[in-house]
Amino acid sequence: MIKSNETKPSLDELKAFAADHIDASLVARMMELMANGEAGPDLSGGRWQDQVILSELPPGASVLDLGCGEGELLAELIRDLGVRGQGVELDPLAVMKSIDRGVPVLNIDLDRGLDVFADQTFDYVILESTLQTLKAPLAVLTEMLRVGRRGIISFPNFGHWRVRFDLTMLGRMPVTRGLPYGWHDTPNIHLFTLADFLDWCLTHQVTSTRGFGLENGRVRPLNPGDNLTIEEALLFLEKCPEGVIE
Amino acid sequence: MSVDGPSAKPVHRPDHPQSVGYTRAKRAVFFDQGQPLALEAGGRLSPVEIEYETYGRLSPSKDNAILICHALTGDAHAAGWDQSPEGPLRGYRKDKPGWWDEVIGPGKPVDTRRFFVICANVLGSCYGSTGPMSLNPATGRPYGLSFPVVTVGDWAKTSFLLLDRLGIDSLYAVVGGSMGGQQALEMALDWPDRVRRLIILSAAGRITAQGLSFNSVARHSIAGDPNFNGGDYYGGPPPLKGLAAARMLAHITYLSEESMGCKFGRRLQDKNTPDFTLTGVEFEVESYLKHQGESFVRRYDANSYLYITRAMDYYDAAVWGEGDMVKAASRILARTLVVSFSSDWLFPPELCRELVAAMCRSGRPVTYVDVPSRYGHDAFLVETETVSRLLDSFLKN
Repeated sequence: MIKSNETKPSLDELKAFAADHIDASLVARMMELMANGEAGPDLSGGRWQDQVILSELPPGASVLDLGCGEGELLAELIRDLGVRGQGVELDPLAVMKSIDRGVPVLNIDLDRGLDVFADQTFDYVILESTLQTLKAPLAVLTEMLRVGRRGIISFPNFGHWRVRFDLTMLGRMPVTRGLPYGWHDTPNIHLFTLADFLDWCLTHQVTSTRGFGLENGRVRPLNPGDNLTIEEALLFLEKCPEGVIE
Repeated sequence: MSVDGPSAKPVHRPDHPQSVGYTRAKRAVFFDQGQPLALEAGGRLSPVEIEYETYGRLSPSKDNAILICHALTGDAHAAGWDQSPEGPLRGYRKDKPGWWDEVIGPGKPVDTRRFFVICANVLGSCYGSTGPMSLNPATGRPYGLSFPVVTVGDWAKTSFLLLDRLGIDSLYAVVGGSMGGQQALEMALDWPDRVRRLIILSAAGRITAQGLSFNSVARHSIAGDPNFNGGDYYGGPPPLKGLAAARMLAHITYLSEESMGCKFGRRLQDKNTPDFTLTGVEFEVESYLKHQGESFVRRYDANSYLYITRAMDYYDAAVWGEGDMVKAASRILARTLVVSFSSDWLFPPELCRELVAAMCRSGRPVTYVDVPSRYGHDAFLVETETVSRLLDSFLKN
């Protein structure tokens, strides 16, 4: 299991932390990362999450893809792995493309809940790069793990060094490959870091069984301490059995 | 469904390459000997005649048949031009092609070069299938209200009988809008492995209390007409006023506040100041509804209106799950597409979503599209571009 290595400090703790660490390690680490270059070429083909999911899912699984877009991933999962797939997508044009691909898709708003699905209907519920755009992200997260036995979630990491640099050093809202929008037109209304998300998992009896991250355009398994280095993260989530908190 | 208004869209004449051309009604007779048809509500009927039309060719393996189910006041004449639009109530066919000509034909979404398309008139109607206007062989006179109550379930059963007669085991697709959507759904529930694709437009597993109310007022208006005579009016003047009022009311439910506002607003009819008359026509929208009522009574039978609205009322798909729609929906094997339209208040999106939710909860994949439209319930016939795109895409896969 991946655990957060960062906690929310009080102001006094923050001062102590700053005195001990900032010059010595954090800035040095950021300088080092910067020296290694701007985020490298995107070698993932732009759909790295899809590739991970396609390689990790067992054949014949049942899969709900929330915010399935034009249905590319589900179409591949259905074709290559014989999954029982269901998509959900709000954008009517994307819905039409999904239908063109023969992907079953529901044209409903995730923010209105997943009440159309019964408990534990799917083996996997996928939410790719969408959580940060939702009005009620926690409600959808909770619903994901109600209707599915496992959740697969990916998101841009607001803790990435480039994001931190833009905000703290330059004093500007970050515009990066994973967060390509200006402050005024971004659909990302609930930004969070990998560490924030792992904290939420800890306090809500959710474990991450597998994790992958995008660093310098390369996909690799997620490690503790990746909050600074990972541009985007993908986690496999499971609800802990009742009463068990790891 | 408002097939009465002048069509604003270009129509394909019979010689147009995308028209199915001239069409001829076909008839299939069942239960003309032996036991009569036992109807769901307990009545019996013999013989049972079904009028239907077909377009395109049935493939040698008989796997390319699409059944189109018509709406409340529709008929089997779904596409092309009736080559002999004679007989009572059929005069309107001289001026326009079948009611869904825009989507059925060579190169159209329901492509007759690829599919064998069937549309059958429902029992109880007045367009060729046995109904209250038909002669009761026992009396030699029209059935009138002695015609037995028919249900959507009966329509599904008789449709399967027709498929048997045509040698078709399973349908490539069944497609229906509004009441036709109810029939399509019923067929997928009744005999799941005979329906491979199910397309439901502006319809759901049941109508709401509001829908029941509209139908109730419509029947009240017909039965209250002085000419109604207990439904036995075929030898004399028919209850046209009651039927026209029923249609006017129904027509309001097919539009939306917004579409009526855009089309008519509060404009006066051919005048700048009102005449201050209580019963005359003052507003454009009044004139429009009056026209709808008047043209409708020339093409529909009042008794059929009673029977068919009743069938819609009674329909509740949940009976297949002993009242549980999720259990009922778990019967469906067809790949399903449900389409609602945002301003429809007869089958509102919420109601269509209920059917979709039942399918999801039963673990069935389903495709659901809520089309933004201001055309109300009529949108399923008016939003041709979107509907065509959806039909084309869903039927291709």
